[in-house]
Amino acid sequence: MSAAQSKQAAPHIEIRNLTMAYGDYVIQRDLDFTINRGDIFVIMGGSGCGKSTLLRQMIGLVRPAKGTVLYDGVDYWAASPAQQVQRQRGFGILFQAGALWSSLTLAENVALPLQEFTTLAPDLIDEIVSLKLSLVGLGGFEQFYPSEISGGMKKRAGLARAMALDPEILFFDEPSAGLDPLSSRRLDDLILELRDSLGATVVLVTHELPSIFAIANNSVFLDADTRTMIAYGDPRELAEHGVEKVRTFLKRGAA
Amino acid sequence: MNFDELPPDWRGQLAIDGSAEQPCLWLRGAWELRDDVPRYAAIAPQLANARRVSVGARDLERWDSSAVNFLAAVVRDARARNIEVDQSALPDGLRRMLALVFAVPAPPPRATPPAPGMLAGVGLAVLHAWRDWPAMIEFAGEIILSLGRFVTGRARYRRGDFAYLIEEVGPRALPIVSLISFLVGTILAYMGAVQLALFGASIYIADLVGIGVVREVAALMTGIILAGRTGAAYAAQIGTMQVNEEIDALRTLGVSPIDYLVLPRMLALIFMVPVLTLYAGIVGILAGMTIAVLVFDVGFYEYYNETLSALELKHFAVGLIKGTVYGGLVAFAGCLRGMQCGRSAQAVGESTTSAVVLGILLITISASILTIVFQKLGI
Repeated sequence: MSAAQSKQAAPHIEIRNLTMAYGDYVIQRDLDFTINRGDIFVIMGGSGCGKSTLLRQMIGLVRPAKGTVLYDGVDYWAASPAQQVQRQRGFGILFQAGALWSSLTLAENVALPLQEFTTLAPDLIDEIVSLKLSLVGLGGFEQFYPSEISGGMKKRAGLARAMALDPEILFFDEPSAGLDPLSSRRLDDLILELRDSLGATVVLVTHELPSIFAIANNSVFLDADTRTMIAYGDPRELAEHGVEKVRTFLKRGAA
Repeated sequence: MNFDELPPDWRGQLAIDGSAEQPCLWLRGAWELRDDVPRYAAIAPQLANARRVSVGARDLERWDSSAVNFLAAVVRDARARNIEVDQSALPDGLRRMLALVFAVPAPPPRATPPAPGMLAGVGLAVLHAWRDWPAMIEFAGEIILSLGRFVTGRARYRRGDFAYLIEEVGPRALPIVSLISFLVGTILAYMGAVQLALFGASIYIADLVGIGVVREVAALMTGIILAGRTGAAYAAQIGTMQVNEEIDALRTLGVSPIDYLVLPRMLALIFMVPVLTLYAGIVGILAGMTIAVLVFDVGFYEYYNETLSALELKHFAVGLIKGTVYGGLVAFAGCLRGMQCGRSAQAVGESTTSAVVLGILLITISASILTIVFQKLGI
């Protein structure tokens, strides 16, 4: 079997037996799930159950207390720092508040990853930057600073920056938090569209039910009480046939 | 057009066939974002006579933003010239990405005003600097109003914060104040001693160091240390709160940020600076004494008595007044620049820098004025 074939064969992302802890305090233990190529995968759970922490461990910001994360069958946390950086370059990450660099214009924000990690000519970078901003509906806002645009626009600008390097995996931390229902819906459509046309894998942390049902095809539910995952599967299935706690969550307490 | 010859590495490339009026552009190979990816500008002249353009993919192994970018340029140019673009031969994903690019009509790009010429630039800089003064006077006025509320007990602030500010300004500054005062005392003693020794008057090191340190140097050094240490911290703290809209949150609660943030910081500095100045003066005198006794063979008791007879209460008074004024100005500069801070990380950096520069500038100006005034008054 050639290297290319084995790359296709291994699941895109695997969480293996992962335990998260701050010191002695365990947040979540024994997390074990798989995310396939092209999935839109939701990590859900109540506030404070460790969703965002799990995301931070997946993108390489925090090392898990136990267990590991595999990308294409390769153990991220056992890899050398150089390999880790190489892997991270395939990530596009949208932080909760956008995390745009406040002293750079939108164009400079999107251009920075391209300038750092490619050898493209400046005029080609300018074209790509305008393209990415147009893709998220922000064409013409190149020269604006983050403080001059609205919260929803910041989210979209953050998405444009996350897509700058054509990532294989897009991570979103609460993408629709703080957006009105329409903007949130538009962001969902955009995520779907990007997945379908680019073939990227999308990992979302969210507890917005409309988003979960609209776009996710697989999910995991982290429980704050038992401190482990109590459900794993398509959220629409879980809403009907999942354990009671998850059904209640997915039906806003109506189950 | 020959479609059989693709290079072995499958780099993204472009093939054009059809007529000059109805050209077809074919994307082929692996379109990856690299420097050698085909650009629309290079082939645009070949489409000069086109009435209708078709774009399609043939043997397109994979594609990324570079292909979308190319196609977007084709469509944008065609729209500008009112030409139809037939996209039916494109893969579904590419067609949808293109649709996304043009989904939201772009507003006209923001007009950036032309950069001013040199003369105009100088004028603008002067105007900008000039407008700074009214802002300072207004800020000073607000502080005085706030002081009135503070004295009558109507100002809202937190006592715990105030205690923390006092500790931060005073006790925690002692190590650096000690070090610098000792070194400056040493320098003064050396400089004076070399000259005084020529006249056999080494004992007057005590007068020189004592009066010099207590009257001028202790206050000046303390002021400058505080400008770098505390003024900068104030500007950065308040500036960061400005960035996070924390100041706005205070305002909407009806809490004056001047009462809550600025006044406690000013008062903390004004209370602690005299103590620090006094301490710096004593350390400076000890440094002078150490040098005189160890290096220039002046007797310890001689030096002690000479210092006592040279120093009068008015010297201490002058030093403490100066120190207090400097402290107040440093706090003023730090808080002013913090409150004026813009809403970005860079703005916080700029206001911090500006707080230190303004603090030292104000110290120097007030030092000159005070020195002349005390001279005229004969103190």
